Amino acid sequence: MLERDVLVVGAGPAGLAASIEAAKAGADVLLVDLNMKPGGQLFKQIHKFFGSSAHRSGTRGFDIGKMLLDEAEKAGVEIWLQSTVIGAFPGNLIAIEKGIDGGEKEVITLKSKKVIIATGASENVVRFKGWTTPGVMGAGAAQTMINVNHVKPGNKIVMVGSGNVGLIVSYQLMQAGCDVVALIEAAPKIGGYAVHAAKIRRAGVPIYTKHTVVEAIPGEDGTVCKVVIAEVDDKFQPIPGTEKEIEADTVTIGAGLKPATDMVKLEKCRLTFNGPFGGFIPLHNDKMETSKKGVYVAGDATGVEEANTALEEGRIAGISAVESLGLIEPKEAEKMRIEIWKRLEALRMGPFGERRQIEKNNILAEYEEKVVAAVEMD
Amino acid sequence: MALINTGYLEYEELSQIQKLPSDERYAKGPVAVIECVQEIPCNPCEAACRFGAIHIGDPITNLPTCSHDKCTGCGVCVSKCPGLAIFIVNKAYSENTATVAFPYEYMPTPEKGMEVTAVNRKGEEVCDAKVVNVMNPAAFDHTPVVTVEIPKEYADEVRSIKRL
Amino acid sequence: MCVRVEQHCILDVDKKEKKVKITVDGKEIEAYEGEPILAALLASGIKVNRYTVKKHEPRGLFCGIGQCSDCSMVVDGKANVRTCITPVKEGMVIMTQDGLK
Repeated sequence: MLERDVLVVGAGPAGLAASIEAAKAGADVLLVDLNMKPGGQLFKQIHKFFGSSAHRSGTRGFDIGKMLLDEAEKAGVEIWLQSTVIGAFPGNLIAIEKGIDGGEKEVITLKSKKVIIATGASENVVRFKGWTTPGVMGAGAAQTMINVNHVKPGNKIVMVGSGNVGLIVSYQLMQAGCDVVALIEAAPKIGGYAVHAAKIRRAGVPIYTKHTVVEAIPGEDGTVCKVVIAEVDDKFQPIPGTEKEIEADTVTIGAGLKPATDMVKLEKCRLTFNGPFGGFIPLHNDKMETSKKGVYVAGDATGVEEANTALEEGRIAGISAVESLGLIEPKEAEKMRIEIWKRLEALRMGPFGERRQIEKNNILAEYEEKVVAAVEMD
Repeated sequence: MALINTGYLEYEELSQIQKLPSDERYAKGPVAVIECVQEIPCNPCEAACRFGAIHIGDPITNLPTCSHDKCTGCGVCVSKCPGLAIFIVNKAYSENTATVAFPYEYMPTPEKGMEVTAVNRKGEEVCDAKVVNVMNPAAFDHTPVVTVEIPKEYADEVRSIKRL
Repeated sequence: MCVRVEQHCILDVDKKEKKVKITVDGKEIEAYEGEPILAALLASGIKVNRYTVKKHEPRGLFCGIGQCSDCSMVVDGKANVRTCITPVKEGMVIMTQDGLK
């Protein structure tokens, strides 16, 4: 049977960082990802990243992706693409549907001493009349099309949602040559960073706060040709008589993300619900270990944040996994973790970050209370 | 704050949050105007300035401050700011005109000598403008910095141009 | 109507991959080898990938990263292929998926 020291699931920033740390320490690492290329969502991030200049901020996301792939290769990380975990069984056994040449799949059972889950997140949906019409899509989907595949999803875009995703993707759609004809936000305030809003305003994009999409109207070909928006009241209900029709062929929805927890459920890790982090997430400790011994988590799957925090959490998970394999000294591992947690704290400051710091602390505390205490009771 | 409801800064709002260059400093030539007004974890501008004019310090969520006397108006920070929130304003360009330099990451990239339309923070057309400089070296990593000449009275208003 | 990104300030959008031909519902279109089938279709203005079983409603690109199944099509005789994560190969025969689960 195929055996590995560490299996990492998901080749985004968290999974890559975890793989690199583990492989650098001498572990045999297998990284699997369902996509055609590794990098997760990094390769569609063409803007310069915020964060600390000591850690590659000011560098464009896809360049960070390239650096990580380089490091992973040098560290000897084995990557399987178009591959999906389909089962987890007692005795550290994992079933993987492996993509092989020619588009075929083969099911392989792997025995892995440690598992790191870095499955990321999926986009939330806003439902309105006609939301399933071709031409209505996730903001991230549109971003993948323009920045990775270099194909425009449409020409006239209505963006829904003013979080950082909605604002950044609006800007990037214009960079690709599309027109963003409106940005719609149900709340009275813009959700994302002011600087992101400012750059699309300068480019002439109207931002409609306290508005919602009422309907996407298909044309003869069955795809979107008009979008109806309306003002909303304090309960986010459309106010009759305020409807406005906008000519557009595309509606992109940037309504936040939800942690992808299929894999942590497969491993029967204990979950908790956390609104600010986007939904159900696995409980974990400061080593990023879940309620199941030997199973670690990192990145958006532990609560939606951004690429920098995902990278740092991935590093912690990788270090902790190889520490438990005896490949690095506990003292050394603890020293590295303390450094990384410090950097994470800096990323979770200010009006946009402090809430996440509070929630992270709550999750660590809940782990102590529910997981550690339960083990001690046994 | 008007900004979080509308997406653009009113000049008054900006001047309450950021220390802007004094009239005396403006009279000396080009200087950076930092329009970063929220405490977000970001500090590349600090490392970008080789004159030590921009300070953030610890924690990295501090707002950047600019020592305008140290600033030479070179424009490197304009290309390095991930938020595209730094501008170089030169109110001493000529008797009646000023220049504003801003990051411009759309295609096509403007060329020196082009007649363009200047816009304000809301994207509204303000006046005609002439492109007097385009800097786009490799170190700017695909963020061209475009300088336009405009009538002096619009120097605090113009922040970009209409997409070509 | 050309919907490929033709010029970009940051990205190199010149396609270096081999140009190939694929067939969609009996019509031949151009595509680049290795790009997702879905992208090639969008570049040819095709936005509907399948029709739903019960109500016969059109569906197209929604998540773009293999998480939903709205872009499923029949590829070389195989149904339910997520075209957003399946690379183009020369001579592929693709059909709009209609009435399949």
